[in-house]
Amino acid sequence: MEATKPAQRTLKVRIARGTEDGNFTTYEVPWRENQTVLDVVTEVQRRIEPTLSYRFACRVGVCGSCAMTVNGKPRWTCRTHVSRVEEDGVIVIEPLRNMPRIKDLVVDMSEFFDKWKKAGSTFVGTATRHEPPAAVSPTSKKRKMADAAIECINCGVCYASCDVVAWDKEYLGPAALNRAWTLFNDERHADPKDVLKKATSGSGCNSCHTQGNCMTHCPVSLSPTGSIAGLKKNALLQFLKGGD
Amino acid sequence: MKSPRNHRAYWAFLGHRLSGLALGVFLPAHFYVLGLALEQQARMDAFLKFADMGAVKFGEWGLVLLLSIHMCFGLRLLALELLPWSTTRDARLSWISWGGVLSLCVGVIFALGVI
Amino acid sequence: MEQRLFALQRLSAMAMAPFVLVHLGIILYAVRGGLTAAEILARTQGSLFWIPFYSLFVISVAVHVPIGLRNILIEWARLSRGAASVCCFAFGLLLLSMGLRAVAAVGGLLS
Repeated sequence: MEATKPAQRTLKVRIARGTEDGNFTTYEVPWRENQTVLDVVTEVQRRIEPTLSYRFACRVGVCGSCAMTVNGKPRWTCRTHVSRVEEDGVIVIEPLRNMPRIKDLVVDMSEFFDKWKKAGSTFVGTATRHEPPAAVSPTSKKRKMADAAIECINCGVCYASCDVVAWDKEYLGPAALNRAWTLFNDERHADPKDVLKKATSGSGCNSCHTQGNCMTHCPVSLSPTGSIAGLKKNALLQFLKGGD
Repeated sequence: MKSPRNHRAYWAFLGHRLSGLALGVFLPAHFYVLGLALEQQARMDAFLKFADMGAVKFGEWGLVLLLSIHMCFGLRLLALELLPWSTTRDARLSWISWGGVLSLCVGVIFALGVI
Repeated sequence: MEQRLFALQRLSAMAMAPFVLVHLGIILYAVRGGLTAAEILARTQGSLFWIPFYSLFVISVAVHVPIGLRNILIEWARLSRGAASVCCFAFGLLLLSMGLRAVAAVGGLLS
């Protein structure tokens, strides 16, 4: 009597290919109890489709390079277990939203980084090398606020999830403004007023409508929503007090 | 496919924006009808009689609801933007539910008054 | 400009919170038993409270609504900021004129 081998369970992976919207190719990979979406993408590229383009680096959730849209939501694929997101044995993988697509799952992040600079995130020191290091108390109110936002590694997930970024090309976006907030609260920075000026210039913090998509999707649980609210308040006070 | 917008703060944004839009569009009509009191009291009364119709009363109930929602969600925004946050994640999400409940209560009181 | 509009939007919102509360209150009170023009006018004509109240309400509304609409036009209708500003400024003038006319009407100030 021959024992029949049970059919290998597979996972269907629909991946956005090319440069135009709507072009998907479906691949099948073996179902494994413990695999991440990045594992799956890598398997597809190495064993099935060598022309698939995608980004990754550390594969352990510290660099932010592997961010993609998985089943509609922007996520770090190395930190997304397939079992958590698969729907009826299918996962759909697309590039991050709101950034121009280069190919397949790779997007052009230049504008993201340009806005990072535009929002007023360049530190300017006030001391020289001859002075002792600044004694910044980690428990001071400002430092706590800066620390709560400082862990951003520019993965772009918040930017990809933000509807205002999608609707308003000039909007600086949650990551850039979150960073500006950390600089505004840095007591060593030479010109916090200038940070507010830059953060409100063009389509800045005042364009945020507090939808909170950024806060909801940030893989390190940061809250650009909160940071931007802080920028709005301080900018308003500065404006009312007769600033520019 | 899951939507990245299926969370409370997003509903609050939509509720606030759509109610504001509806109220903004309604306002010119509202001001026009009130203006009928100028030498056209008879027309105003005729309008108010027309507004006694069930369908219109339902519309009025809707507007009262929209105004309450807009104010409640707007107050939440003012709190978010002007008051300190207890934690970075304290987007006062509970205000959304309470705002909805309060608006429904206002709607109920209105409905009880007109039935 | 954007900062100014933002400030006006928030300030008019804060001014309006009590106006809206009172307005809702009076609506809930007045609709009981049906509404007539006579009832409304008896309350508002020559009123030293209601005329200033609704005048201030109308002015705040004429500031708050167009700025909010401007955001919608820019983000959803994809108008340019300049075009949206023009449309909304015009709408603001419309609301202000119609609104103050309505206040004059129910306040018995013109007839």
